[in-house]
Amino acid sequence: MTMSKFSIFTKGLVKENPTFVLLLGLCPTLATTTSAVNGLSMGLATMFVLVLSNMAISLVASYTPDKVHIPVYIVVIATFVTLLQFLMQAYTPDIYATLGLFIPLIVVNCIVLGRAEAFASKNGVLDSALDGIGIGIGFTLALTVLGLVREILGSGSAFGWKLLPGDGMLAFVMAPGAFLCLGYLMVLFNKFLKKE
Amino acid sequence: MAVQSNLKNMALCLSLVCLVCSALLGGVYALTAEPIAQTNANLLKASIQAVLPQGGELSEAKTIEVDGTVYEYYESVADGAPVAYAVKSVTSGFGGALTLMVGVTPDGTIYNTSVLSHTETPGLGAKCTTDEGFMAQWKGFDPSQKILSVKKDGGDVDAITASTITSRAYTLAVKNACEVVKAIGGNDHE
Amino acid sequence: MEYLLIIVSAIFVNNIMLAQFLGTCPFIGVSSKLSTATGMSGAVCFVITLATLVTYLLNTYLLVPLGLEFLQTIAFILVIASLVQMVEIVLKKISPSLYQALGIFLPLITTNCAVLGVAINVVTKEFSFGSGVPHMLNLGESIVYAFATSLGYGLAMVLFAGLREHLALNEVPKAFKGVPIALITVGILAMAFMGFQGLV
Repeated sequence: MTMSKFSIFTKGLVKENPTFVLLLGLCPTLATTTSAVNGLSMGLATMFVLVLSNMAISLVASYTPDKVHIPVYIVVIATFVTLLQFLMQAYTPDIYATLGLFIPLIVVNCIVLGRAEAFASKNGVLDSALDGIGIGIGFTLALTVLGLVREILGSGSAFGWKLLPGDGMLAFVMAPGAFLCLGYLMVLFNKFLKKE
Repeated sequence: MAVQSNLKNMALCLSLVCLVCSALLGGVYALTAEPIAQTNANLLKASIQAVLPQGGELSEAKTIEVDGTVYEYYESVADGAPVAYAVKSVTSGFGGALTLMVGVTPDGTIYNTSVLSHTETPGLGAKCTTDEGFMAQWKGFDPSQKILSVKKDGGDVDAITASTITSRAYTLAVKNACEVVKAIGGNDHE
Repeated sequence: MEYLLIIVSAIFVNNIMLAQFLGTCPFIGVSSKLSTATGMSGAVCFVITLATLVTYLLNTYLLVPLGLEFLQTIAFILVIASLVQMVEIVLKKISPSLYQALGIFLPLITTNCAVLGVAINVVTKEFSFGSGVPHMLNLGESIVYAFATSLGYGLAMVLFAGLREHLALNEVPKAFKGVPIALITVGILAMAFMGFQGLV
């Protein structure tokens, strides 16, 4: 591995952005971005699990027999997700109630298992943590931007602050708007940021 | 890979990982159980206090059965007489269960209402927690003077714009709570 | 009547894919051809129904009596992962033709959040159908709900694969190619399904 620490950290932001380039973890991306704050909280929750499970898996990877590595990773990830559930229930019950089902579903978020397989199992603890933080920030950014766009179009506000008078176009807060917004954001991303 | 994939290694590895993980979770559960219970209790208490008049001693949770459904309620007592009841009332909204806390005085007038949990559509039915006009109309609503159903159904309740189903569910929950308080009052007189 | 309401609600009104966003990754991934979409739908249908049955029993007779509900997430995902493995082995032995049709999709299903999502929903959420009082589902209702939900997933998937096969023949701007245009199409499909809202 010749990758510098810095590039491990930054590749998740644009070049390997989990949402716009790798197309991973689409379910929470679509479901929880009804507002910028919700998107941000979901992104941070996923990042918490991602960083911790990346670190734990990079530690246990070399002691794990090849044939059972997937079950072992899933157990490790599920443990951190449950841990997160306890902490959120105790200290941020409002956010926990809003995100609901999608917190336990972080277990099956392909980003987390994908990074464990592709990166953490082959690299050291520090690198894996950096990878988790980088990818986590990339995911959080994508969710926050999508949430912000939907909130502005759908309810005329940004981070809860009223920007436009009236109610906005409700369709953007509901299911169809999620698909449409993500589709058009991807178009913009492809047009301006993706390098050939 | 340094470790071979034979049966012994695989079983050992999986059991070890499961053991460590469940031990860790059990430990953290024991640590966070107290704060979680505390947080939930605080939320419930806050929602009860929001729908009841100031002052008065709050009772423990009590239950009563009305029309085959068991309701949970709390009593606010001042100078030995109940001044208001907070009734937890659940109905079916647009997206699923809509749970309200309804404060009712013994004469049947509604003191205030608050939403405990809901799954209504954001921007439409979910406005039942933010729409000031809708929320304010419940304060001091007297079912003996006005009719507890939405205007579309010939009642006196202003529905949330474009969310008649949520408004109906909300109104029904309030109505059920009033019935519960009637039943409680009836029991007390006997 | 109750069962009919559950079925209509799960397939059309609260379509798991178009209204609840569960199982989006495989939805986008395998829906480019009608034949793979049908195969995936069949496999999902099978696994969701079976997984819900097993997790419901596990939850009711093991986790709840022991006060271990907090292990739900971890226990359910393990059950689903091993169930998928077992289905794969059994299918290979008893019905090679079915295995040929569904086999390659089975490993993908472990990380399909629709399966875990339905399993968790059934044991934690109060459901309400029609004007009835919201309640937890019993075993029979859970199975019907799980089966109907997976039918809804299959319906969305097959509809979308049909659209996508036509889409592939059309010229679209470069930046729209592939997933972006697919997502925009799902958006319009989801809008069509919104017409069912308020039905149940």
